[in-house]
Amino acid sequence: MLFNSFLFLFSLIIIIGAIFVISTKNPIHSILFLILVFCGGSGILLLIGADFLAMVFLVVYVGAIAVLFLFVVMLLNIKIIELNTQIIQYLPLSLILFLIVLLEFIYMFNINIYLNLTLNFYDYYEWGKIFYTITLLESFGEVLYLYFFQFFLITSLLLLVAMIGPIVLTLNKSKYVLRQNIYEQNLRSWKKSINLVKNV
Amino acid sequence: MFNLFILNSSLFLIGLWGIFISRKNFIVILMSIELMLLAINLNFISFSFAMDDLFGALFALFVLTVAAAESAIGLAILILYYRLRGVISVDYISTIKG
Repeated sequence: MLFNSFLFLFSLIIIIGAIFVISTKNPIHSILFLILVFCGGSGILLLIGADFLAMVFLVVYVGAIAVLFLFVVMLLNIKIIELNTQIIQYLPLSLILFLIVLLEFIYMFNINIYLNLTLNFYDYYEWGKIFYTITLLESFGEVLYLYFFQFFLITSLLLLVAMIGPIVLTLNKSKYVLRQNIYEQNLRSWKKSINLVKNV
Repeated sequence: MFNLFILNSSLFLIGLWGIFISRKNFIVILMSIELMLLAINLNFISFSFAMDDLFGALFALFVLTVAAAESAIGLAILILYYRLRGVISVDYISTIKG
């Protein structure tokens, strides 16, 4: 009973927050509602029992992604630009595409969504029983480092690309930006740089 | 019974709807993509916990990494586009190609 009521509360927070994310005009309000949605998702994960994943979601989504969005919004100073969103112009096409995806989802519901999350599937590995671990974090570590380490390495490459890409993209190469050339800076000697100027 | 799948797919649909609606604002599109990735993550994790299979919950970590990388690169492109054009409308974003 308590589980269902908390689940309903968090789902309500998520749905209303998501609707406000896409419908508010000010991007800062939108980002704050996005943080609300992330917190609701983390609460749902806590209710399911994925404690480690809930904490990781809170840290990564709220601590990294939402702060990145907030930083960019404050950097660009968008409130001055005065976004004039014309929803009516794009409404028919978006409605058609939305209905197509919605029908796909309904089709999917009718075909194989009769598994109501309590159905037992016997042909899946129960990793928690194969490894004699208790917590989610321990089993995560075992599976991630022993069986799926290729994906782990690929993930590290992806993060490397995500680190280098923004640096390459946003590096400003114009002449008017003062930048320190470290090679020239190390080559300088005091004999060349200090000279006597006769006082006029 | 309250089904988690309905919640996750409706969150996904709201994110998709946000992409369709907000053609003027680049940041809202990125946030809608984040919403969709969050919905996919919640779906992976809820199904993995319903089926006692750990790989879905593990795959959510990789999706999380992809979400972080995507938001970083997308915001870098946004800053670049704003520096070039002075607006963040998506209508004329094809001018930065090439």
